[in-house]
Amino acid sequence: MAERTLRVLVGKPGLDGHDRGAKIIARAFRDAGFEVIYTGLHQTPEQIVSAAIQEDVDCVGLSILSGAHNTLLPRVCQLLKEKDADDIMVFGGGVIPDDDIPGLKNAGLKEVFTPGSSTEDIVKWVRDNVHPRA
Amino acid sequence: MSLAERILQGDTRAAARLMRDIDDGYASAREELKLLYPHSGSAYLIGITGPPGAGKSTLVDQVTEAYRRRGKRVGIVAVDPTSPFTGGAILGDRIRMNRHADDEGVFIRSLATRGHLGGVSRSTGDVALVMDAMGMDVVIIETVGVGQDEVDIVKMAHTTVVVMVPGLGDDIQAIKAGILEIGDVFVVNKSDRPDADRTVRELTTMLEMNSARADDWRPKVMRTEAHRGTGIAELVEEFETHRSHLFGSAAINRFLAEKGARTFMEILKDRLFAEVFAPLEADGRFARIVDDLANRRIDPYSAVEAVVAERFAAGADN
Ligand SMILES: Nc1nc2c(ncn2[C@@H]2O[C@H](COP(=O)(O)OP(=O)(O)OP(=O)(O)O)[C@@H](O)[C@H]2O)c(=O)[nH]1
Ligand SMILES: [Mg+2]
Repeated sequence: MAERTLRVLVGKPGLDGHDRGAKIIARAFRDAGFEVIYTGLHQTPEQIVSAAIQEDVDCVGLSILSGAHNTLLPRVCQLLKEKDADDIMVFGGGVIPDDDIPGLKNAGLKEVFTPGSSTEDIVKWVRDNVHPRA
Repeated sequence: MSLAERILQGDTRAAARLMRDIDDGYASAREELKLLYPHSGSAYLIGITGPPGAGKSTLVDQVTEAYRRRGKRVGIVAVDPTSPFTGGAILGDRIRMNRHADDEGVFIRSLATRGHLGGVSRSTGDVALVMDAMGMDVVIIETVGVGQDEVDIVKMAHTTVVVMVPGLGDDIQAIKAGILEIGDVFVVNKSDRPDADRTVRELTTMLEMNSARADDWRPKVMRTEAHRGTGIAELVEEFETHRSHLFGSAAINRFLAEKGARTFMEILKDRLFAEVFAPLEADGRFARIVDDLANRRIDPYSAVEAVVAERFAAGADN
């Protein structure tokens, strides 16, 4: 039987202006052999969750700089749960204070990457932890 | 409950999952497609092709908005290329369509070519079929951005739209003649740019030089500014005019016959290949054949003849 190709959605919720980080990650994922659904800037959690479902991704990686991480990231996890789609893993990266990380993980985020994480770290984490759903 | 049954009840997760199974070549997908097939055949399929960055996705977004205003449900299949080096892909067409992401009347699926030539993935036709069976009134297929004559889309879509941009200048002469023959509608997008008039003129002249088509349809050149929505209403009108022309003439029978023949032959090719190849790969014989070929102990013609003859002699149950 054919092998699955890993599908990842990369998006940037919130209102802040640039998506350099998200683009770097998208390219790193492509170079790792994943199919990256890149949705760009200014996504609402609702849009991200609908896209994740329609695209049948295995995980969602969200880049966030605006400081609204404590509302936007948990909201994505909650909406996935409501749609019975919380088998889609969510991870986040950006300027997120260490103190906020436990709360985010409690809310359903599988991993949180801070500016200290390299793209290699992130790709490795996805390889080790996300497996295409059967 | 099967995926197909769930899809027919409106379950979008099931639809998304079946599309994945189709894309990944799961044999089970075929069973689901058999069940969905009788529920397909009513969607209007529009194919959009044209060079990279011409504004195809932006046009898809606008056309989708126009059809939503008419109360139509819209499916979108957006294809982007797979990197031949890594097997990965960045599928970025959704960026232009985000406003439709959480509209229940729109379903967008991004596909990677996965090495398939012809502007779309192997799975594109079947993914469009799933959208059709889901009850989408219109299914729009965006090909990868290559300015070649993407024959695949022509055979798949009722209306093929070729998008160009001004400033092609003399290059327009260099455009493969084929592309002028595949379009039912031509669009000069980015007509806010200075050279737009000239491009429209040149394109119109070249189209007039084409010999008359068997279906008696005369393709028009439309002008749009997709990022502003200018010219979209006229464009959608032209789609509908073409659709009426197609369905109101014998051309539809020809289209359906060609589509049927092509689909049949593709599935047959895939099946025959799998029938012969899968057992060879499973028992390691393929590796030995490759080794023999590399050492020139056999020639590839005889090698293929031998395995095909063996497979047919073995009958259907093996
Ligand atoms: N000036 C101008 N820019 C436009 C117009 N339509 C689209 N664009 C811009 O052109 C760029 C490319 O648009 P897309 O819709 O992504 O083009 P595409 O053909 O889908 O690109 P690929 O899928 O990468 O081949 C975007 O920045 C759009 O905003 C237009 O009518 N005028
Ligand atoms: Mg595009």
